[in-house]
Amino acid sequence: MSVAVRERLRVAHYVVSGNPVNVIAFGLFAFLVLCAIAGPAIAPYSPLATDTPIALQPPSAAHWFGTDQLGRDIFSRVLVATRLDLLIAFGAVALSCVLGSVIGAVIGYFGGWLDATVSRVVDVLMAFPLFVLAMAVVAALGNTVANVVYATAVINLPFYIRLARAEINVRRSLGYVEAARVGGSGHFRILLVFLMPNIFSPLIVQASVNLGWAVLNAAGLSFLGLGVRAPTAEWGIMVAEGAQFMASGQWWTVVFPACALMITVFSFNLLGDVVRDILDPRLRT
Amino acid sequence: MNEQSVLDARNISKHFVLKGGGGLVRRTRPILHAVDDVSLHIASGEAVGLVGESGCGKSTLARVVSRLIDPTGGTLSMSGRDVTDTDCAHFVHSDLRRKVQMVFQDPSESLNPRFSAFDIIADPLRQLVPGKGREAVSARVQEAARAVNLPPELLGRFPHQLSGGQKARVGIARAMVVDPELLVLDEPTSALDVSVQATVLKLLDRLRKEANVALLFVSHDLNVVRLLCSRILVMYLGRIIESGPTEQIFERPRHPYTKALLSAVPTLRPGQTVERVKLEGELRSPIDPDPSACRLVGRCPWQQARCSVAEPALVPCGPGHEVRCHFPLD
Amino acid sequence: MNVMQSTARAPSAEAASKLLSIEDLSVSFRTRTGIVKALDRVSFDVRPGEIVGVVGESGSGKSVTAFSVMGILDPAASITGGRIAFEGRNVLEMSRRERDAWRGRDASIIFQNPRLALNPLRRIGQQIADVLARHSPDRPAVIRQRVLDMLEQVRVPDPKARQNAYPTELSGGQCQRVGIAIALACRPRLLIADEPTTGLDVTTQAVIMELIRDLARSRNLGTVFITHDLALAAQYCDRAVVMHAGHVVETATVSELFASSRHPYTAKLLRSVPSLADSLDELDAIEGSLPDLRRDDLPFCRFAERCERRIGICDSAPLSLTSLSPTHSIACRNPQ
Repeated sequence: MSVAVRERLRVAHYVVSGNPVNVIAFGLFAFLVLCAIAGPAIAPYSPLATDTPIALQPPSAAHWFGTDQLGRDIFSRVLVATRLDLLIAFGAVALSCVLGSVIGAVIGYFGGWLDATVSRVVDVLMAFPLFVLAMAVVAALGNTVANVVYATAVINLPFYIRLARAEINVRRSLGYVEAARVGGSGHFRILLVFLMPNIFSPLIVQASVNLGWAVLNAAGLSFLGLGVRAPTAEWGIMVAEGAQFMASGQWWTVVFPACALMITVFSFNLLGDVVRDILDPRLRT
Repeated sequence: MNEQSVLDARNISKHFVLKGGGGLVRRTRPILHAVDDVSLHIASGEAVGLVGESGCGKSTLARVVSRLIDPTGGTLSMSGRDVTDTDCAHFVHSDLRRKVQMVFQDPSESLNPRFSAFDIIADPLRQLVPGKGREAVSARVQEAARAVNLPPELLGRFPHQLSGGQKARVGIARAMVVDPELLVLDEPTSALDVSVQATVLKLLDRLRKEANVALLFVSHDLNVVRLLCSRILVMYLGRIIESGPTEQIFERPRHPYTKALLSAVPTLRPGQTVERVKLEGELRSPIDPDPSACRLVGRCPWQQARCSVAEPALVPCGPGHEVRCHFPLD
Repeated sequence: MNVMQSTARAPSAEAASKLLSIEDLSVSFRTRTGIVKALDRVSFDVRPGEIVGVVGESGSGKSVTAFSVMGILDPAASITGGRIAFEGRNVLEMSRRERDAWRGRDASIIFQNPRLALNPLRRIGQQIADVLARHSPDRPAVIRQRVLDMLEQVRVPDPKARQNAYPTELSGGQCQRVGIAIALACRPRLLIADEPTTGLDVTTQAVIMELIRDLARSRNLGTVFITHDLALAAQYCDRAVVMHAGHVVETATVSELFASSRHPYTAKLLRSVPSLADSLDELDAIEGSLPDLRRDDLPFCRFAERCERRIGICDSAPLSLTSLSPTHSIACRNPQ
């Protein structure tokens, strides 16, 4: 397999270095991951340390992003929140991708009543306004971070199910699947060994595009008070808490966490395009 | 040569029930007769050609014979053992699975893009012949590659790094690696350039003689079948309408459709004047065909009254030669 | 090799004015992995009323030639040299508007896959009418009649009813007939048929080829028939142009080609065609594979690396078409 990996890396290098936008996307992504990993270690102040006398101070040399209503350093909070937001997003996407692709692959391969039933369930799921559905799930299961992850995963599930089902459907009647049958492989081995690895690429592309959405989702739920609770540092909560101070002119309480959100979603969306370009088979001559 | 029969199929039918019934009054769903009452016998080491145009059912029949799909009716025996009661799902795990292998039409689609050529060839071996260690498998794969003239350095490559001819050979090696008795080939050369076709055809002929493997060669290309096969079966709308030795079929076809088919093939054979037999109209529908009429009715230039009221049976008309026609040509 | 019976016409004694003249056409494609020199100084002509077969394997550049003539090449392609003269006028110098008007009215093309060439959302009668409206507009009643006439000419049974069918309701052969109708509706003088029968059954193929040939003769069309099937070219064409890796290697009348071909590639090609062989032993394969057209060091003769008759001069001097007779030319330094 190393031949294939080497070839992929070569294409990856070609794609990334060929377009400046791609370099930016990759750079930003790397930067965000770095913040997530190193955030708590390099933050100048503790994200939870309150210091009420210096509450609502504008950005200064001591506090780059200013302080919030409890005197906490906004820069530190934004930095540390990266880890939480990214974890929620990655967790939700990973969960829905794995679960969705397995379900989609099985119904796409076997078809019949299984396909009909599950597809109708998926249709019903997609008929709901997804954000409202997420709210309902969290409200029902309880207000914890884990449940935010589950809720985001659930509302993303249909996309992966449909994608996997369509991709499997296309490939299921190809020669190499028939060859595998003639070569003694049972249905499940064919699904696992022959089909799933071949639908990997479109799923990964969908996942990387999905990441941006997932971050936004998680922040949105927290903004409404679902899932993550004070005093945890999380971009959505910070925007919610800071919103009340916008009118009185303390813009830094909202703008910095919002910018962090925007840059992250932007970077993941760009990344999705880069990944698609790398994995697009047409680039392989 | 061993005269044991490799395949004995009798009265094979494959019907597909279609969705969408015939209105509110009729309760029965329309049935597509892909294959109707076909009997086929292949002896060890024999090369049999199955020809016909699109919609004749030859691909479906090929898949019934290679046990990818179950027939609706009829009996099937392989290597002397009756397998009628074993359905495909169980056949996959039977010890007879490795005796019948298949070579597919489009080499680009019939090789797993994620496997190296080595793994593609090794996979059936690992699945169907258990108990072989890594070295044994590797040796056998190398041997299969040598037998198809595939240079060993290509075994590490992936399908998209191979040429059309090389991919075709990987497909053949994959089928041959488990020592089958019967190779079912579904248009294996249609997607290849003419210069590569020659290589593959000669290779198949050599394998047949050296490994004593029987070939069921399904194709629409009569010229190719003529060179490779000793016996030809002609199919039309799910039925065998003529079968016999290759020379007989080519020099003295008895069925109007066979004659039309042969006359339509562009040929450069010197001295042979081609009298074009034209079939009017389009193919009839294979859905719920009229059981008491010949399937060529409406298109046959020699049609007579009898043809619309009774379907002809397959009857002998020469040594080893059968035809399904009320008024065979001479 | 005996001369087989064919419907070929003998070339006229006086050089009839050429309908289409391709001179030294060179085309390259920009790709991510390099520049593909798809065509290198391709030259041949077509006279009014004759059917010229362009024969070659995949990668020989026959379709690229056809698309160059019609002006429908991929945007990544660029014509790096030569001229394409239609009735004396270089079409490569036409303005975009002139070319668009010329295409469909004076020259037309039939594509390989008839289903892909038709719009699945429009009825076939409408598609024929569209072409008429574009190039020879007229009163609706006249157009309607011309649509029916065309359908009758391409032998579609019951044109009045069939004209309202959608392409998905038709068989492959019927779709190709519609394709032919669309191509010939505006009475072009040049017809290019790009592998029009690939994918069709052999009996349908014969019918479509006969239709094309009959229409070409009755309308005195100059026809370019592109195919990989030598036998098909032999049966329906007057002259043949054999292409290999972007080069024209031999042009001759069909009988000359099969009786006395001189180019080593043509000879090998003829020996690899199943219909010409009596047994498998007679069948020959061509060793090696096409050269990579992205290379900078492409040899002068692109067949040299696989040729048994290769000699010193093959590698040192550029190749050009030399005439062996008024109708037979080859591009070879060491012909058979």
